[in-house]
Amino acid sequence: MIPELGHFALAMALAIAVLQAVVPLVGAQRGNVLWMSLARPAARAQLVFLALAFAALSHAFITNDFSVAYVAANSNSALPLAFRISALWGAHEGSLLLWVLLLAVWSCAVSFASRGLPLAFVARVLAVMAIISIGFLLFMLITSNPFLRELPPPADGADLNPLLQDFGLVIHPPMLYTGYVGFSVAFSFAIAGLIGGHLDSAWARWARPWTLLAWCFLTIGIALGSWWAYYELGWGGWWFWDPVENASFMPWLLGTALIHSLAATEKRDVFKSWTVLLAIGAFGLSLLGTFLVRSGVLTSVHAFASDPARGIFILAFLVLVIGGALVLYAWRGASMGVSASYATTSRETFLLANSVLLTVACATVLLGTLYPLVLDALNLGKLSVGPPYFNNVFIPVMSPLVVLLGLGQHARWKQDRFATLCRELRMPLLGAVLLLGATVAAMSEARSPRAIFGLALAAWVVSTSIGGVIQRCRQRQSAWRAFMNLPAAYLGQHLAHLGFAVTIVGVTLVSLNTVDLHTRMAPGERAQVAGYDFHFVATVPLTGPNYTGTEAQFEVARPGAAPIRLSAEKRNYHVRGMPMTEAGIDPGLTRDIYISLGEPLDKQAWSVRLSVKPFVRWLWLGAILMAAGGIIAMCDGRFRRVVARRVANVGGRQGAAS
Amino acid sequence: MTPRRKRMWIIALCVLGVGIAVALILTAFNQNLMYFYSPSEVARGEAPGNRAFRLGGMVVKGSVERGDAKDLTVRFKVTDFAQERAIAYRGILPDLFREGQGIVAIGQLDAQGVFVASEVLAKHDEKYMPPEVAQALKDGQASKAAQP
Repeated sequence: MIPELGHFALAMALAIAVLQAVVPLVGAQRGNVLWMSLARPAARAQLVFLALAFAALSHAFITNDFSVAYVAANSNSALPLAFRISALWGAHEGSLLLWVLLLAVWSCAVSFASRGLPLAFVARVLAVMAIISIGFLLFMLITSNPFLRELPPPADGADLNPLLQDFGLVIHPPMLYTGYVGFSVAFSFAIAGLIGGHLDSAWARWARPWTLLAWCFLTIGIALGSWWAYYELGWGGWWFWDPVENASFMPWLLGTALIHSLAATEKRDVFKSWTVLLAIGAFGLSLLGTFLVRSGVLTSVHAFASDPARGIFILAFLVLVIGGALVLYAWRGASMGVSASYATTSRETFLLANSVLLTVACATVLLGTLYPLVLDALNLGKLSVGPPYFNNVFIPVMSPLVVLLGLGQHARWKQDRFATLCRELRMPLLGAVLLLGATVAAMSEARSPRAIFGLALAAWVVSTSIGGVIQRCRQRQSAWRAFMNLPAAYLGQHLAHLGFAVTIVGVTLVSLNTVDLHTRMAPGERAQVAGYDFHFVATVPLTGPNYTGTEAQFEVARPGAAPIRLSAEKRNYHVRGMPMTEAGIDPGLTRDIYISLGEPLDKQAWSVRLSVKPFVRWLWLGAILMAAGGIIAMCDGRFRRVVARRVANVGGRQGAAS
Repeated sequence: MTPRRKRMWIIALCVLGVGIAVALILTAFNQNLMYFYSPSEVARGEAPGNRAFRLGGMVVKGSVERGDAKDLTVRFKVTDFAQERAIAYRGILPDLFREGQGIVAIGQLDAQGVFVASEVLAKHDEKYMPPEVAQALKDGQASKAAQP
């Protein structure tokens, strides 16, 4: 009964979404306040029904209701409770439900946090979001209904893929999806702005906090995915240029360009059409990501669904939404009016150059991801694009971006003199050289040309960021008070850039200096890797709730230091008969020690992988700093003040009208 | 410099930058395209001798030989049911590597015609067959059936 209620709730949500899409949009065109004001309650009602559907499916998972086909395919009575709940979004249908639920959460958030915005604008934004929701709800109800029954029910479920039986699944997809879906807000703001014809700095000011928040979630989501792959796949890789990773990375790249372009639009009323295009692009790539992951066209661990009807539906939807948006852009783009002018040497130029570079980077990833698919679809051969392509292209594109980032942080808006800029940058340049020198002197492993290059880029970002803050505070009478009074957006910007530098350090050092040994080891044997002594102590049998396996115990020590005990596991999951590797990891700020088991060989020996990975944590630490910077920037009082002023205005107008 | 000349310079620089970027991207792209070949195609000499490609098929039952060596050298054969090809690999095989399982290996042919793999991929699902491998097996079986 409860699954049928869930199904019914989905249908109700669809009906409400249709109302929410049509009535406010027509109302906004006709200036009908009543019709427009339907948008907010409709968005909230939609959330209520989707939450009901979500709760119904959760209930089926928790109570092991295997008469629901989706539950039977992805759960098992022996599965621990936490994984039974997260199994909900472990496969195609459930992850779509999560997608629309999050879309409804964002819509609802917009409906509450938009009281200062003009009603017509809010009505249009929520209507556009409802159109997206309609697409996904139809997709679910037609091709991928999670509530379908399978009668008679199987005695037990087919279990969740063991790879997904992990804390990573609990947290990575919701974060990533919140980010993906969050770009729908920026998209809807852009479309509403195009329809209403007021794309100005006020519009950018409304759109900024939403875009920043979505970007923060996406940043954290991608970092979590990387961290999960690192410890779960058993070979210590943290980025594979896998099409599914690319699918999340492309919206991030355009989203990064978007938050910077929006900042320029807000402050200086420039790049308006570029910003709108980026907003459309970022969300378009989020949809494309869903298409890539969900249609089963990819040769990838993530492609669990293989149904051409689904692929065609999503593709058609993608063409409709993005094509429609671009047509609207072509039609209404002229209404945006002229942008303010700026000189060649100005912060605008640097921002523009960097957002172009980010777009180029995104395009190269897109090419490498889609080209094999297109060729395959046209029956022109099966090929894949190797990770070296991405590395060879990405680094040359991102390096100038880092240099320009430093310049842009110091350049003035509108107009700067090149000579002044160079003079101002003397101190940061000196700081970067000193920082780099100290780092290279302290770390013998950082002396290869490529490592120095990467670290130099990071040092440049650090010293220009800190130098920017110092210069700004020094001009005031009390430096400390000036620092305390810095706007949150400014602090957030620099924190995020520092995070970027931290990630660059991590990427550089872990890529260049990881030491890996694949070897055969039996209990009692020792091996040396990068100055660490790995001692294979013993193996013990292992029994978990739904698996059995072997635990290999190691002691790892540097000469003269106390040994660290680590254990790596090889598990065999009963229901699917699938082996899984659980790595033994000793995390550290400057290095991780990583042990994973290969396969049992003869005479109690195992093939083992022993690795020392310098600075791998910095990858994710940097992402956390970037996201924290975004959140701080979002909390800038400026965004709230505008809203407050608008409230006063609208109130006044309404008072006059009545 | 007049504003007009300045603008021309900027445009020229942009064109140059885009040109360099495109050249760089296409070169890297071309160098890193890896085609997929089945054992039959390799036997017919269709696979390139001097660059990496992907070879897929089913691991032949009883063909996996693991030496006693410390460096984990392993030799095995893959088949598309029409032709077999020997593969040599050094290192840890993926969890789902088993005899009778479809795999994809990335590497190059050596002078003896052995495929020296730098990476072996097996999909993380017991039911799942890499699509290229499934197609190769189907083609292989068809070609075998065609020969009486």
